[in-house]
Amino acid sequence: MTKTVAIIGGGVAGLETAKQLNSLGYSVKLFEKTNTLGGHVAKWDRLFPNKRHASEVVSSLTLSQGNTQTLTETTVHSIKRENQGFVISANSSNHEADAVVLATGFELFPAEKKEEYGYGLFENVITSADLEQMFKKHGKPVMASGHKPVRIAFIHCVGSRDEKVNRPYCSKVCCVTAVKQAIEVKEALPNSEVFCFYMDLRTFGPGYEDLYKEAQSKGVTFIRGRLSESSEIEGGRVLIKAEDTLASTPLKMSVDIVVLMVGMSPLRSTNKLATDLGLSINADGFIAATDLHTNPTGTATNGVFVAGACTGPNNITDTVNAAKATALDVHNYLSR
Amino acid sequence: MIDFGFTPLVASITDLDKANVNLAKQLTEQDPSFALCISCGSCSATCTAGQFTKFSFRVMCHQIRKGNAKEAIAEASKCMLCGKCTLACPRNVNTRNIISLVRKAQTTTP
Ligand SMILES: Cc1cc2nc3c(=O)[nH]c(=O)nc-3n(C[C@H](O)[C@H](O)[C@H](O)COP(=O)(O)OP(=O)(O)OC[C@H]3O[C@@H](n4cnc5c(N)ncnc54)[C@H](O)[C@@H]3O)c2cc1C
Ligand code: SF4
Ligand code: SF4
Ligand code: SF4
Repeated sequence: MTKTVAIIGGGVAGLETAKQLNSLGYSVKLFEKTNTLGGHVAKWDRLFPNKRHASEVVSSLTLSQGNTQTLTETTVHSIKRENQGFVISANSSNHEADAVVLATGFELFPAEKKEEYGYGLFENVITSADLEQMFKKHGKPVMASGHKPVRIAFIHCVGSRDEKVNRPYCSKVCCVTAVKQAIEVKEALPNSEVFCFYMDLRTFGPGYEDLYKEAQSKGVTFIRGRLSESSEIEGGRVLIKAEDTLASTPLKMSVDIVVLMVGMSPLRSTNKLATDLGLSINADGFIAATDLHTNPTGTATNGVFVAGACTGPNNITDTVNAAKATALDVHNYLSR
Repeated sequence: MIDFGFTPLVASITDLDKANVNLAKQLTEQDPSFALCISCGSCSATCTAGQFTKFSFRVMCHQIRKGNAKEAIAEASKCMLCGKCTLACPRNVNTRNIISLVRKAQTTTP
């Protein structure tokens, strides 16, 4: 009899795992709580490192699903072990499966928690995710008043590397996202002035350092210092303060838009699903790997596997690689 | 040897072979959070004293690590112990306590 695999989460991690298990001949059920597939990536405009449209990645993954049974607008509330398999409760119905893959992803750091930065208080303080929406809609950033911004500041590490908001880890993708978005602003509004406030620039992946150089050559100014506070001034503009740590002097400047590079936070609802299944949560709040080096996708519970950003911040490449590894683990488990 | 007509400015070079980093070691023992600073500048940007003088907690710690204990101890007296920096620090460095320890070091460290 064909074995069934339940995949929780229809982001790139869930989609890739489903695609692989499908081609291996399993019956795959993909649960997605929203009404669209693609997860966070479906919300992005163009991707680092090559400025490719995010929609291309999402559609290539959704179009290669074969016989995957996708259930959108279906939230998984609980997963229970029963006999040799699992019972998945989603909305108000139950589904049976022989193996389960958690691919529930992350949530954006709620920027309003960093009160001193003014998100939700000042209309021209936005997040990196909001800026992606602006690029999708208008192809450029716009002030709340509809005016064209002249000066834009990107603030790195918002809700990352910050023990004051209980997010001590680095979110990995936001430095390169800031650099990418800074370039896009310069391309869309060549006369604008763009500033990046960073503590360390972590452009670790292929092509990322090239993006950094491209941003420099397009005139983006990099200031080494963490934002301390922002306040609203005339015309809805924003006054920001930091230390220019390379000059060892306090610094202030007024800008039209502040973009907060929000980090990737653990999705709290995942923790319940995970701990009910006997998985553990690591110090950063994500699902813990059984062995970081040799078994990053397996778990302590037989038949339960993990893939993607529910295990920690990651880019699409690493997420898709994890998904492929997870599919192989599931296959080995079900054909044992 | 060819004489190029100029010599390095000895005073401006940090010589970690000769630097006396005892105070840094002592502070790390007394308050381990001294070692955790990532030089982000949040403390200096929010600092009350830094608005009026050139005082910076971050720079003071940096000087201690480079062996400039004397300058650092002199700087520490400018702090008003208001504690704003402690609220800002993303690494939970116990800034105020460290400043108090540096001030005490005046009498205890040679
Ligand atoms: C601002 C920003 C820009 C980025 N830009 C890029 C880029 O340009 N290039 C790049 O490589 N990476 C980028 N990334 C990283 C990329 O977004 C992630 O690598 C990717 O989203 C991870 O995919 P995922 O499937 O693991 O998680 P997600 O995208 O979070 O997908 C998880 C899915 O699971 C669903 N789900 C959760 N819980 C349940 C449940 N209980 N029941 C049913 N469904 C559930 C969610 O609705 C969601 O659709 C960016 C990240 C950020 C924050
Ligand atoms: S990737 Fe950059 S912006 Fe993001 S948390 Fe790490 S250092 Fe900060
Ligand atoms: S405690 Fe001292 S160093 Fe800290 S903000 Fe106040 S005056 Fe500045
Ligand atoms: S705020 Fe903390 S981490 Fe940042 S420079 Fe000051 S002491 Fe160092």
